[in-house]
Amino acid sequence: MSAIEQTRTQVEALGEKYKYGFVTDIEMELAPRGLTEETVAFISGKKGEPEWMLEWRLSAYRRWRQMQEPNWARVKYPKIDYENAYYYAAPKSTKDKPQSLDEIDPKLLETYNKLGIPLSEQKLLAGVAVDAVFDSVSVATTFKETLNKAGVIFCPISEAIREHPELVRKYLGSVVPETDNFFATLNSAVFSDGSFVYVPKGVRCPMELSTYFRINASETGQFERTLIIADEGSYVSYLEGCTAPKRDENQLHAAVVELVALEGAEIKYSTVQNWYPGDENGLGGIYNFVTKRGDCRGNNSKISWTQVETGSAITWKYPSCILRGDNSVGEFYSIAIANHCQQADTGTKMIHLGRNTRSRIISKGISAGKAQNTYRGLVSVHPRAQQARNFTQCDSLLIGKECGAHTVPYIESRNRTARIEHEATTSKIAEEQLFYCTSRGIPPEEAVALIVNGFCREVLQQLPMEFAVEAQKLVGISLEGSVG
Amino acid sequence: MLDIKDLHVAVEGKEILKGLSLHVGEGEVHAIMGPNGSGKSTLSYVLAGRDGYDITSGSIIYKGEDLTVMPPEARAARGVFLALQYPVEIPGVTTINFLKAALNAQRRARSESEFDAMTVLRLVRDKARSLDISEDMLRRALNVGFSGGEKKRLEVLQMALFEPKLAILDETDSGLDIDALKLVAEGVNKLRVPGRSMLVITHYQRLLNYIVPDRVHVLAGGRIVAEGGKELALELEARGYSHIVKDAA
Ligand SMILES: Nc1ncnc2c1ncn2[C@@H]1O[C@H](COP(=O)(O)OP(=O)(O)OP(=O)(O)O)[C@@H](O)[C@H]1O
Ligand SMILES: [Mg+2]
Repeated sequence: MSAIEQTRTQVEALGEKYKYGFVTDIEMELAPRGLTEETVAFISGKKGEPEWMLEWRLSAYRRWRQMQEPNWARVKYPKIDYENAYYYAAPKSTKDKPQSLDEIDPKLLETYNKLGIPLSEQKLLAGVAVDAVFDSVSVATTFKETLNKAGVIFCPISEAIREHPELVRKYLGSVVPETDNFFATLNSAVFSDGSFVYVPKGVRCPMELSTYFRINASETGQFERTLIIADEGSYVSYLEGCTAPKRDENQLHAAVVELVALEGAEIKYSTVQNWYPGDENGLGGIYNFVTKRGDCRGNNSKISWTQVETGSAITWKYPSCILRGDNSVGEFYSIAIANHCQQADTGTKMIHLGRNTRSRIISKGISAGKAQNTYRGLVSVHPRAQQARNFTQCDSLLIGKECGAHTVPYIESRNRTARIEHEATTSKIAEEQLFYCTSRGIPPEEAVALIVNGFCREVLQQLPMEFAVEAQKLVGISLEGSVG
Repeated sequence: MLDIKDLHVAVEGKEILKGLSLHVGEGEVHAIMGPNGSGKSTLSYVLAGRDGYDITSGSIIYKGEDLTVMPPEARAARGVFLALQYPVEIPGVTTINFLKAALNAQRRARSESEFDAMTVLRLVRDKARSLDISEDMLRRALNVGFSGGEKKRLEVLQMALFEPKLAILDETDSGLDIDALKLVAEGVNKLRVPGRSMLVITHYQRLLNYIVPDRVHVLAGGRIVAEGGKELALELEARGYSHIVKDAA
């Protein structure tokens, strides 16, 4: 028996076994500790996945076994013990959850109140047990009907794997291959759930798609996987995350997001990331290692990333665009705020493959307290990319004396007609700016928020309206305690 | 309204104000003149509460309260306003937003209800028109790319909007052309009401033709070395500071 065949039989055997396991151990909530082929099969089984999906996961798993955790980013954290972690936890039953908001960290609740989040949603975000039906469920239903009418598919990726296998098989891993990098490969092996979007040819998605609406529909967990496909001439705007800090017991988060824009299509992807950053000493915060990549596969397509990163103890994230189609456009607008002991290493890659491709990078990094904030970006122009254009602007703002900002731009140009512009600034909130505000009656913390929001304006303007308002408040809240 | 007694102020260990005393009664307008570097702006910063200006001795009593213990924003809420000699640029923050944030912060501190964006815009528009400040300027980032004169006019607009009890104008006339000077002076005169006192710092007698002061003080070497009625300004214009400063020394 050849090695490949042997593996296949083993996998099939495992599949059988775990399908069985699934039935008998229906009460079981956690996959066994540690990461083995069995864990992978267990997860796949829990999701009722077809065999091709299991195989895909297993090949990722085997690849991951041979990979080294990357260490080039400017972030420090204790070694993660992958062998001793849990990789799958079914949504908790209501009896294990906190029973009321009284059991939740008051600081978290204070933030919810500042953001003006209604009580019912506060409970949801804090993971409080709720069995009542929310208003948002009915909202979600109307929402679904509108999308159906337009022919847009928007569902959990686990559902898409079952209901739309032809689309998932065609596109999953086509932008971020299962062998891509340590964290993406890990995600490919054990991803729990995530969103799937397909917008048919020529359709302009009738509303902003937001995971916010899905929040009760499924718990996504630590290894989220998102796949968005915009077919020819279509348009979609997708909003991920929410401004409220989400509680989560899993420290390691490794999500993968893949975007595919076919000819003439446009995808706008906005993120507000506000995972728990840990306490003032950085204890207990989330490690957020994300792989996000968009492929402008068709001519005249466009992908635009906008991100507001304020949470997590560690952020490792480089939303990228592959500008494959001629005349395609990639954009990256980013605000990264690091306060206290947070570490952020984020940026983008713009890979110019097609002719007349254009990219634009606007990055605003804010560091306060003892935080370290790094912009890391790559602009790469391939030989075929005649007349490629890039404009990059990286601005860093420092608040206080103990924080740091670093800019690491890489530029590779293999076409002489390419034009690449890079501008970078580092500034501080000047004492005279603060005094000007306070002398007009604005208290120091509000003054910092105002000045920082001004600094970020170009990026905030990219966000959909309601999101922008929340994001502005969030900017202020995440910098609390950074002055005086 | 304002009572300053034997005020000593040091900046980075260097004494700048050396025993300054000044009394401004309710509704009075006082002018402060004096050579470059004599400590005029320092006095204005100390009154507004800027960090880094250490009061080593002396007292500042404003409406019966010790001003020195209050942070700048508390002073603003109680009616102290400083029009800066060099207004500060804040990129990305639109002027109208800044005005709204400041006005509402002051109102909040006084437990008054906040104004919505429309109300603020209505209040501002009126005053802007009389100071020849365009809507376009209100939508631009605060002071960014404003000409010197535009910045000064915006300071006066803020004074009109906040309706302070004690307004300190630090060389608000410097850098204004003749027409703008008239506009600004008219703006200031309109705000001259019995309950409001002003401290007008200037190098030019010309301004005092428009804004006629109740008293004129000469600040030199960190102290008030001479004072008198509005005719003192004329005398200074004719003869310069040297003889007064010499007499005082
Ligand atoms: N941070 C500082 N460190 C040292 N000296 C300072 C500092 N700030 C101000 N000074 C000094 O204090 C003195 C008074 O300055 P101030 O700005 O109050 O003068 P002024 O009377 O307003 O002058 P002008 O008419 O030129 O505006 C000057 O000699 C100035 O150099
Ligand atoms: Mg001065």
